[in-house]
Amino acid sequence: MSWYLTLPLVIPFAAAIVAYLLRSSPLGAWVSIIGSGLGLLASIALMVVVLDAGVVAGQMGNWPAPFGITLVADLLSAVMVLITAITGFAVAIYALGDITARQAKLGYHALFQILLAGVTGAFLTGDLFNLYVWFEVMLIASFGLLILNGGKEQIDGGVKYVALNLISTILFLTGIGLLYGMTGTLNFADLALKVNEVENQGLLTVVAMMFMVAFGVKAAVFPLFFWLPAAYHTPSFSVSAIFAGLLTKVGVYALIRMFTLVFDHDIGFTHTVLLWVACFTMVIGVLGAAAQSDFRKILSFHIISQIGYMILGLALMTPLALVGAVFYLVHHIIVKANLFLIAGIAKRLTGGTEVYQIGGLYKSAPFLAILFLIPAFSLAGFPPLSGFWAKYIIVKATLDIEMWFVAFIALAVGLMTIYSMTKIWAEAFWKNHPDGIKPELKNLEHKWAQLIPVAGLAALTIFIGLNPEPFVQFAERTTAQLLDPTAYITTVLGDVR
Amino acid sequence: MEQLLSILIGILVAAAVYLMLARNLLRFLFGLILLSNAANLTIFVAGRLTPGAPPLVPSGLDAPAGVVANALPQALVLTAIVIGFGLFAFALILAFRAYQSLGTLNTDEMRVAEPKEPHQ
Repeated sequence: MSWYLTLPLVIPFAAAIVAYLLRSSPLGAWVSIIGSGLGLLASIALMVVVLDAGVVAGQMGNWPAPFGITLVADLLSAVMVLITAITGFAVAIYALGDITARQAKLGYHALFQILLAGVTGAFLTGDLFNLYVWFEVMLIASFGLLILNGGKEQIDGGVKYVALNLISTILFLTGIGLLYGMTGTLNFADLALKVNEVENQGLLTVVAMMFMVAFGVKAAVFPLFFWLPAAYHTPSFSVSAIFAGLLTKVGVYALIRMFTLVFDHDIGFTHTVLLWVACFTMVIGVLGAAAQSDFRKILSFHIISQIGYMILGLALMTPLALVGAVFYLVHHIIVKANLFLIAGIAKRLTGGTEVYQIGGLYKSAPFLAILFLIPAFSLAGFPPLSGFWAKYIIVKATLDIEMWFVAFIALAVGLMTIYSMTKIWAEAFWKNHPDGIKPELKNLEHKWAQLIPVAGLAALTIFIGLNPEPFVQFAERTTAQLLDPTAYITTVLGDVR
Repeated sequence: MEQLLSILIGILVAAAVYLMLARNLLRFLFGLILLSNAANLTIFVAGRLTPGAPPLVPSGLDAPAGVVANALPQALVLTAIVIGFGLFAFALILAFRAYQSLGTLNTDEMRVAEPKEPHQ
């Protein structure tokens, strides 16, 4: 067993147990912060190992590869684990100023750590059924976090979230059963080899579509996204932020993993479906956002629209497009979580999230206004922020293969994104507060606990934006691994060929 | 045997879809339970059925002698049942709380978290 593969999983579980025992004391929040901090160190260690070795694998319980459960980290897994830890750390600090003593007593910090463990496990596992189990860990923790306040809105949003996610889960499980029936294995690397021996390739495509729908619900793509805007604006802001940053991206990760490693037998069909899905997701998401007036609802619809760009990268399946998808994934998690955290500060300063009923943030809290502009501009794709490079690479990839219409959609959606961001800016920041309130940062309780994570994530966005070269190179290495999974397969199974 | 179970799975899925199309949240959840059992049976059948041959290793040998049942799908189904049980326990309590605080189980009327309709 390799400690660097298991530590990012063990630490959050340990932190969850301790945080649960200390749930009635203010120390619980600090346990969560320390746990997330240690988790961050562990994922940095994993990243260093993976950068050096390319792919690392560990067989749990020393059962040899196709039989036991394998943990694998290639560059994609490692970067996702790292970004999860960064976001988790930021949100854990933010929780100091956001989570009430009552919520902490109900077990917020323990659930939060279990959620992080579930997400990390989903990124690290090399086994299909184990992926299902991690999805469930993540799901049950997210159910708990979502309805922690227990108000009418949370229950209402929770019902829709729970119902649609359970359907996706069952579909995923059925897909696993059928795929196992055809190939006799559940190990990703083994599956990648065995799917080529399946006689009825048409049936394989059917199963591939089941997985696409199941992961599509998780990733919130068109037309399966309806649970997301129904639920994401109801819970605490920390919960919204971690959901917005991570949960849908697990679905995107699973799609990228399955449709580059296992289901690459009929790209002409599956990836064309993905292409249409991606275009509709981008357009519908951004149009939905234009119709909303709640700070978090606008952001929720933007998650959907941005997911479209990542799926587009996967659908095109060219090296450059996948580079774009990986870059987009990393950029998006940071920016989106940050915007939700800012929405929380704005709510506490102005008393609401309905943008027409709040205002005055620019005049009396200019620092917050600047902190908002950085991720907002990055989301819309302004140079020199991280979102510009992410969009640039994706659009360049569509132009390279002369898909003019798709490129047009991607650019038009970028423009529409600016429209919604302008709406938030003009209403919540620029105009005066309709009730004459002057929202000032100095009145904010636990000011630094809320501002430091926001500023840190914003700094990361600027850093990636000003210094994209190493990140693009990293994404290129990741893409090379995705398109040629030989290293992945031999690391897991040993020299089989 | 496989054919029989496949037909059973089909019936379960059909009943599940019928229930899930109802507006009543409780009916929807019952449909979900049936669907999850259909999924469990799918895994079970997909692992091939070998009746009357438990996967036991006779003493003194390293591997079972002759053809035995595949133990893996059974382990998978067991895990799936346990997870499904936990999730449904949660979902049922959630439905109960929804009925308590929203006063309805009709999903059409669950619009508390949605923006107000302009004409209302």
